[in-house]
Amino acid sequence: MSIDVNCTAWNGFRTGEWRHLVNVRNFIQKNYTPYEGDDSFLAPISSKTAKVWEKAEALILEEIQKGIIDVETRVVSGIDNFAPGYIDRDNEVIVGLQTDAPLKRIVNLYGGMRMATSALEQYGYHLDPEVEKHFRLYRKTHNDGVFDVYPQRTRLARSAGLLTGLPDAYGRGRIVGDYCRVPLYGTDFLIEEKRKDLDMLDGLMTDERIRLREEVQMQIRALEEMASMAARYGCDITRPAENAHEAVQNLYMAYLAGIKENNGAATSLGRTATFLDIYIQRDLDNGVLDEQGAQELIDQFVIKLRLVRHLRTPEYNELFGGDPTWVTESIGGMGVDGRTLVTKNSFRYLHTLTNLGTAPEPNLTVLWSKNLPQAFKDYCSKMSIQTDSIQYESDELMRPLYGDDYCIACCVSAMAVGKQMQFFGARANLAKSLLYAINGGVDEKKGMEVVPGIEHDLDEVLDYPKVLGNYKKVLAYVAELYVDTINIIHYMHDKYAYESSQMALHDTLVERLAAFGVAGLSIAADSLSAIKFAKVRPIRNEAGIAVDFAIEGDFPKYGNDDDRVDDIAVELVSYFSAELKKHPLYRNGIHTLSALTITSNVMYGKKTGTTPDGRKAGEPFAPGANPMHGRDVNGALASLNSVAKIPYRAVCQDGVSNTFTVVPEALGKDDSQRVTNLVAILDGYFSQGAHHLNVNVLHRETLLDAMEHPEKYPSLTIRVSGYAVNFNRLSREQQEEVVRRTFHAAI
Amino acid sequence: MTGRIHSIESMGLVDGPGVRSVVFFQGCPLRCLYCHNPDTQRGGGQEISAQELCRRLVRFRPYFGDSGGVTFSGGEPLAQPEFLLECLRRLKAEGIHTCLDTSGVGLGNYGEILAHTDLVLYDVKHFDPQGYRAITGRDMDATLAFVEAVRTAGVPIWVRHVVVPGLTDGEDHLTALGAYIATLPGVERVELLPYHTMGVEKYRKLGIPYALEGVPPMDGTKLEKWNRRLNEICRRGTKQERNESYEH
Repeated sequence: MSIDVNCTAWNGFRTGEWRHLVNVRNFIQKNYTPYEGDDSFLAPISSKTAKVWEKAEALILEEIQKGIIDVETRVVSGIDNFAPGYIDRDNEVIVGLQTDAPLKRIVNLYGGMRMATSALEQYGYHLDPEVEKHFRLYRKTHNDGVFDVYPQRTRLARSAGLLTGLPDAYGRGRIVGDYCRVPLYGTDFLIEEKRKDLDMLDGLMTDERIRLREEVQMQIRALEEMASMAARYGCDITRPAENAHEAVQNLYMAYLAGIKENNGAATSLGRTATFLDIYIQRDLDNGVLDEQGAQELIDQFVIKLRLVRHLRTPEYNELFGGDPTWVTESIGGMGVDGRTLVTKNSFRYLHTLTNLGTAPEPNLTVLWSKNLPQAFKDYCSKMSIQTDSIQYESDELMRPLYGDDYCIACCVSAMAVGKQMQFFGARANLAKSLLYAINGGVDEKKGMEVVPGIEHDLDEVLDYPKVLGNYKKVLAYVAELYVDTINIIHYMHDKYAYESSQMALHDTLVERLAAFGVAGLSIAADSLSAIKFAKVRPIRNEAGIAVDFAIEGDFPKYGNDDDRVDDIAVELVSYFSAELKKHPLYRNGIHTLSALTITSNVMYGKKTGTTPDGRKAGEPFAPGANPMHGRDVNGALASLNSVAKIPYRAVCQDGVSNTFTVVPEALGKDDSQRVTNLVAILDGYFSQGAHHLNVNVLHRETLLDAMEHPEKYPSLTIRVSGYAVNFNRLSREQQEEVVRRTFHAAI
Repeated sequence: MTGRIHSIESMGLVDGPGVRSVVFFQGCPLRCLYCHNPDTQRGGGQEISAQELCRRLVRFRPYFGDSGGVTFSGGEPLAQPEFLLECLRRLKAEGIHTCLDTSGVGLGNYGEILAHTDLVLYDVKHFDPQGYRAITGRDMDATLAFVEAVRTAGVPIWVRHVVVPGLTDGEDHLTALGAYIATLPGVERVELLPYHTMGVEKYRKLGIPYALEGVPPMDGTKLEKWNRRLNEICRRGTKQERNESYEH
């Protein structure tokens, strides 16, 4: 044990198991101060923060205009490959940038050379020729590995758009280091603990043991590089943090190492507010920090999080519009002992939306429980109405499964901090799968057979039991193919683009969740409902492929709290989840499933022909688990009730995303009523076992005006699907899709 | 027991307290000049049993919290008294707060209906008989009978009044309205509703001539002062009433 348990860094902290082994949760539980009060204690922006933010914001606005500020083309990604960078050195209280200048992006070649060069070229940049030459000569990439191994059936499914957005051409992300470990223990102790783990990983040298030994050694190296990178900024992270300033700074350094090394789609932060509150509260109690100083630390930390960038390809931007990084921070929730995990610092994080203005990042995620302190609920509601920047996820649903020290990665993916990681798996197209069930496994756009062994349905009127039977055969095939594909991807990702600094902040024997996904849930459910309750006649082309559908009569539509169709949606996800679980996963991964599309619902729509629910070829899908645009005609609560039926536990246990937009007037007659009503809606929704809700309170007219006059709305932030975006950064198509969504407006 | 409804709005947060689900009944005896739901005045809509309707409404209970519930609106809910009563009974049996949004022109049975009603949103069309007739096309007696029933039942009232430029606006009109409201029983709140033109398109679709063609929408901000003043009047009224009852 290299840390003296009586060190000054730990002065005043209540003791526990955490002093002897790495256990951040134990430290939090022993030392945090729950806060039941309101927001009246919060401090305004400090003059230093204002100066830093002014510079940063100007750069962000310039970036929105130009698409990119700069790229480092001479050096590739790595924890300690870049000189220190600053925004405004005299006023920066928290330091550290990904490269030597703000918003200057990193090139990561480990994921794939072609992707990196195409990402550069769209902005008119070129990789340094020497770097490119040597990397090509001496280093194989993740993308090379995957395509060496992909079978023909995966290639077909990929090119048809049956499986899309797979992390075979970009970093998988969704790995959240337990960044609190660095300020609490320092890297020296963490290295010592990893060395002990390495010694224990001895015995019969199986594939898994060899792989793990290599990984732990890489983790140790990453911790050393992390300390060296921090030292270049004058920060000593080798020892425990002495005070609140060091705690925030060192935690950020741990996070920063991860985003210098990796370009994962989602690089989430975890659950840090309550941990940091312990340090802040100690300094406040000792009179060495005041509230203004505390807020300054958090504001400046958040400025840094707002500047996180990765270099993306045009294809990636089509999938995930608005340049998101998913710096997701999970706030609030309840402890297993019944005490709330809300602290004053939970308020300070949300208060950055006031001090710095609204912004899409960090992705502020409130872990909602009916038992949260009333004042905190009211504050969240107020901030949602003002900023459209917060998402809510059910703590009551997740805590029993993940304990009370879990966080959200990306949009909706829960995992125990430092104990679980995720193999991200993008999503399968349920709507296209249904068309395969009707068209004998042949793709309706490309004309090639993608799923073998499916009978071509030539009935004049579609017969529900027959279509459902064929659909299940298709889904069973897709599930197997999907698992095989994910296994290949993560095998290669571990091998060629391992996230050593993030994994260094996990337990060595980590649990791996494998997150599969579905897109087009509402379209599949509505289509089956149409076939079951109305008369659907396919209109076929010469090749016998149904290219359109004539629908006679009405049918129940998902989004109206009508069990006749909602049950179909439930049956679909339950069946698909069960099929996935029949096929074993690489490194004993645990299957989970999400109904979450991000903005890929637009791209999925483009790749999918006309569907039996009346949606025409090319039209966007609804996002996530949302009902299809405009079909939820019985008001918001009926719509919420339908989504709340999609099962989370053991089925869609990677998340059920719902994006809810309401006009302010429909939420109540004055501000205080609106705050109270939104709290009641959240309580009502989550009490039924619902999982996730994005809340937007705005008018459609505002978005239409912003499309025509973006300069009038430089920081218009809206929640789209598990994350928030600056509206101006969406493509025209993505903006149009958002505008078409249901705006609940009963007045 | 079945009735005719136009639609359900599962989340209507402006018709009564808290988070509410609103049922719009089909059919109304009045033809108010400014009616913004002309599609609910006549026949049509869907037939539904009280049992089925309430089964759907109870599904929204988790959102109601301490203050919300169900509001029956329309159309005119009092025009289907048996169906309305059956719905109210079922909801009260489930412990759900009930609210009746009405002009007070119905077909009787008010005592029983009000026994299962927690709050009346009473739409005061006008305070004098001529004005009332000009707006609704009916005599004022019918609605006054309902007011007496509310007085007997002791159900609290939220008064609502649509303010139309040139028809029901101005100092004189609103002062007289205040005096009238002071005579109504159990008024807890007054809500002046600014006239809007969002219903005009519906008239066009239904092929009904629109009487207020060309009348501009009411600027809601102008009503805030009056809203406050009228609410003060009704608060004073309630206090007085209480003081008087102590003297007995």
